[in-house]
Amino acid sequence: MTAGSTTPAIELIGIDKRFGSVHANKDVTVAIGQGSIHGIIGENGAGKSTLMSILFGFYAADKGEIKYRGKPVRIKTSTDAIALGIGMVHQHFMLVDPFTVLENVVLGAEGGALIGPALAKARTELTRLAKDYELDVDPDALVGDLPVGLQQRVEILKALFRQADVLILDEPTGVLTPDEADHLFRILGTLRDQGKTVILITHKLREIMAITDHVTVMRRGEVVATLETANTSVEELAEAMVGRRVLLHVEKGPATPGEVVLDVRNVTWKDKNGVARVDNVSLQVRKGEIVGIAGVSGNGQSELLDCIAGITRPNSGQIIFEGKDIGSLGDPAHVRAEGLAHVPEDRQHRGLIKNFDASESAILGWHRSEDLGKGFRLDRTKVIARARAEMEEFDVRPPDPFLKSGKFSGGNQQKIIIAREIKSNPDLLIVGQPTRGVDIGAIEFIHKRIIALRDAGKAILLVSVELDEIRSLSDRIIVMFAGRVMGERGPDADERDIGLLMAGVHKDAA
Amino acid sequence: MFDIFFSPETLASTIRMSVPLILACLAGLWSERSGIVDIGLEGKMLAAAFTAAAAGAYFQSPWIALVMAIAVSIGFSLIHGYASINQGGNQVVSGVAINMLAAGLAVVLGNEWFKEGGRTPPLPPESQFPVFTMPGFDSIAAIPVIGPYLNILSGHSILVYLAFVLVAVTAWALARTRFGLRLRAVGENPHAVDTAGISVMLLRYQAVVIAGVLCGLAGTYLSVALQGSFVRDMSAGRGFMALAALIFASWRAWPALWACLLFGYLQAAGLRMQGVKLGDVEIPVQFINMLPYVMTVVLLAGFIGKSIPPRASGTPYVKDR
Amino acid sequence: MSSRGELPTWVDVGLIPALNLLLALAATSIIFLLIGENPFECLWIMLKGAVGSLKGWSYLLYYATNFIFTGLCVAVAFHAGLFNIGGEGQAYFAGLGAATVGLGLEFLPWPIVIPLAILASMLCGAFWAWVPGVLQAKRGSHIVITTIMFNFIASSLMVYLINYWFRPVGKMAVESREVSGAYILSFREIARQFFDYRLPASPLNLTIFLALAAAWAVWYFLWRTKLGYEIRAVGLNTEAAIYGGYKPGHIIMIAMAVSGGLAGLVAVNEVLGAQHRLLLEYVQGAGFVGIAVALMGRNHPIGIVLAAMLFGLLYQGGTELSFAKQHINRDMVVVIQGLIILFMGALEQAFRPWLNAFFFKAED
Repeated sequence: MTAGSTTPAIELIGIDKRFGSVHANKDVTVAIGQGSIHGIIGENGAGKSTLMSILFGFYAADKGEIKYRGKPVRIKTSTDAIALGIGMVHQHFMLVDPFTVLENVVLGAEGGALIGPALAKARTELTRLAKDYELDVDPDALVGDLPVGLQQRVEILKALFRQADVLILDEPTGVLTPDEADHLFRILGTLRDQGKTVILITHKLREIMAITDHVTVMRRGEVVATLETANTSVEELAEAMVGRRVLLHVEKGPATPGEVVLDVRNVTWKDKNGVARVDNVSLQVRKGEIVGIAGVSGNGQSELLDCIAGITRPNSGQIIFEGKDIGSLGDPAHVRAEGLAHVPEDRQHRGLIKNFDASESAILGWHRSEDLGKGFRLDRTKVIARARAEMEEFDVRPPDPFLKSGKFSGGNQQKIIIAREIKSNPDLLIVGQPTRGVDIGAIEFIHKRIIALRDAGKAILLVSVELDEIRSLSDRIIVMFAGRVMGERGPDADERDIGLLMAGVHKDAA
Repeated sequence: MFDIFFSPETLASTIRMSVPLILACLAGLWSERSGIVDIGLEGKMLAAAFTAAAAGAYFQSPWIALVMAIAVSIGFSLIHGYASINQGGNQVVSGVAINMLAAGLAVVLGNEWFKEGGRTPPLPPESQFPVFTMPGFDSIAAIPVIGPYLNILSGHSILVYLAFVLVAVTAWALARTRFGLRLRAVGENPHAVDTAGISVMLLRYQAVVIAGVLCGLAGTYLSVALQGSFVRDMSAGRGFMALAALIFASWRAWPALWACLLFGYLQAAGLRMQGVKLGDVEIPVQFINMLPYVMTVVLLAGFIGKSIPPRASGTPYVKDR
Repeated sequence: MSSRGELPTWVDVGLIPALNLLLALAATSIIFLLIGENPFECLWIMLKGAVGSLKGWSYLLYYATNFIFTGLCVAVAFHAGLFNIGGEGQAYFAGLGAATVGLGLEFLPWPIVIPLAILASMLCGAFWAWVPGVLQAKRGSHIVITTIMFNFIASSLMVYLINYWFRPVGKMAVESREVSGAYILSFREIARQFFDYRLPASPLNLTIFLALAAAWAVWYFLWRTKLGYEIRAVGLNTEAAIYGGYKPGHIIMIAMAVSGGLAGLVAVNEVLGAQHRLLLEYVQGAGFVGIAVALMGRNHPIGIVLAAMLFGLLYQGGTELSFAKQHINRDMVVVIQGLIILFMGALEQAFRPWLNAFFFKAED
């Protein structure tokens, strides 16, 4: 070890970044030691990815300074970052599918007008790297044919071929199987032992504990703590990550659950890579209760909702809704007709059509109703009358059914959707992220309506990444992690307990 | 019958007919491999054909004609580039506009300059490109039976040979050079190119300009070498046939050559079938004429093999993710 | 980053098209200058030639009839998120239906034959668009390329059919005999027969009412029926449409058939109304003009009717211009058309950054 190793590889000092009204990074200061693995952990939207994008030259910080090996540097583009020796493995791989591994590795670092010599050099280099770091990949394979785990290796090889000393990995295990993840960690360990610096962005506590030397916890754009991994515990990190929040006060009487309305039995859904995003999930929802699914986003909740709503068809298992197996239908229109309403997670891209009038978005999915016109006709006066009534009742502002849906604020868009789905008088309402990006006033209103629906004896399945929302609304809480149900808790369960389940740690295992 | 389909004349004509297809097809290949869809091949070819014929008539030099034709074709390319690359406009709409603009302008300007309703005067021999005779082929032609067949390779305008050379150059450049590698990458995943620190915009402009040069060559060949003058709408859908050949070749250079030769052959045979009677019945040449398009539709539908376009073609690149 | 779609509506549907049109006209003027003409004089001749006389107006409306059909054709496909550039071929192929019924059923009275011939035109046009629709929905073939190919296939096929099926034995001209069974009267004939009034000669015929009815029907279909709602939902946001339970593949096939059916009505105006026979290449580019008309009319039937009239003016004015100025020929119209498509379609966004800067200067 040389004397230089006491200087941090990278220092981010007072980084500040705003996107419009969102304060993504607030005066963030982090030092990353050379030859170490440094984890950055936080919930979705905590500002981890923004910070790394600033380091890699994607965004310019509004304020702050970056030092590389003690020297102040300006990183304006990714080219600057690469030249300094910073490499990044993006969450969505930056690979050219129909290219071979070699071609991908060489792209942008060809070293001359002809690529022959670079390809040859890359071939020998890859053989060496394969030996040194367990990074075996067939150099002549087409990247598009490789499994995701190997594609990720190609990304790492790309960075190493460019002589990267600092490697940033953004949520690298999101797409990996547990075996692949373990292999990745071994590779990262070897890289560190050879003197490279690794920055690992993740929301998974297990990974932090398993391989990092230091960990920085971020919450709402700020650094909460930077700790030595050896001196901390999963509990401490979970608490730092989630924080102690004031529970939103929601007036709510005790639930009086009735018969089972929705019975999900052993449902599994695999993505196109064959990874089980929903993994053998079973749950039940009864009349007159709200069941909340807690979990960090990307752990299968969205996919589960899609299966129940009929948008995707599960690979196996059954979804029994009022005695009928709706999982095999794979048809949202049919599922709706059975009495299920769905408030989708992605309001902007799914819940409504921005270029439609509010009145038209207010009938999306329900426009075939005979109440809106006989036969093939769509009676505009009836459509507008319905929209007007719903907008009035749900206090949508402005209450103008002719205004384009995209021109309403997030909260009012959401109210249009919630009104549409609740007013369809469903037996079961499934709701994804009911209050994401919604202002406080609207949140309270939406929560009240959901509870009123419950009190009317309807069943509700709620998915939210906001733990306080889940805790204040639900009568039962189910926690999902990596596509699986980790456990069930009551509404007044300990927050830290739920946090651990969300992080994939079983209480007894931790 | 044999005469129509297999005579040396038909095969020699095949070569001549396929040259504009090859050049236009290569133009489309460069453009579309970079991610810019080019429906405007037809228009650029037509504009170049007119420019070459007009300049050839005026300057009495094939070379000036060629240079000017290429310049005009590049001009149209740059309009398309600006619309597709800078403005993120609809590339199909832009191509349609260029086709109309070229078709109209050629006739309007031709009529203004030469007062022949949009035609240009026939070119004298001195504004013709030199003909290249393969060394030793004079004697080869005399060999019975196969001699005339071998001879079809000789005695064409040098643009013909240039077209074939350019197929090889294109194939080589795409596969072996840094520029080719980056160009192919930008048509598949511009984000990957951008994060590697390479300018997406510059690459695409380069591709579009190359397409302009090649369409310039195609048009010049059409009016100067093939016909000896410009007549209205003389490209006659060749730009679209080249597009069909490109799809047929799955956006690769050597297969594009074969596809263009095939389509050129169908054109040559179709021309010679005009008015030919089999006994009492005239053979409907229209079915041969539509064959390239029918074949392309069948191919696109995935019934014979699969043609995979560059993934990013037609989508404007937006940096923000 | 919200640089799009934030401008006031009147800017979006009024100011931007107007500015783009102005730009196209400016470019046109440059071309007039290039050939040594005074652009204002030329544009004035065009305007006067089209709207300065009854004859001018009647030709303008005759052209507009075709353009309304093809403009609606492009618009319906557009609302389903599809670019149908096959209107030309669909209109051409529809001639088969018009002529077959008109000639084959001529023993029946015209009140029966004419509706049947109209229906047959629509069905043929619809079929020629439906096939690419099916290929897109079921096999993933790109609709733009397939419809281009279908234009060429229709072109060859129709030459064959007219030459070998429709051409009477011994006739030199490659065209059918007179379609007398389904003869749609021109305004000139009506005026002479029923009102004993002489109108200037023009092919303007009753089909224009069909065009206006079609425009109304398209509006009703898209904005007042459940199917129209689904088509627009699929076109604007496929993901939301799937969430809503609508099937994009199904919608694509329907929308293409409707689109082609509208293009097919060009055959009614031409084969039954204007020419009374099936001619080679009788569509004469009307299918492509439809793209310009739809772009300019912002894909709304009212806009399309107005834009079709503008292009009718352009076509009639162009003819008059070529009479007045011997060295300018009618292809000038094609140039102007190309420029309009370029500025209103491909470069549509060119003004937006400036307008954004202008309208949002006060903020942030």
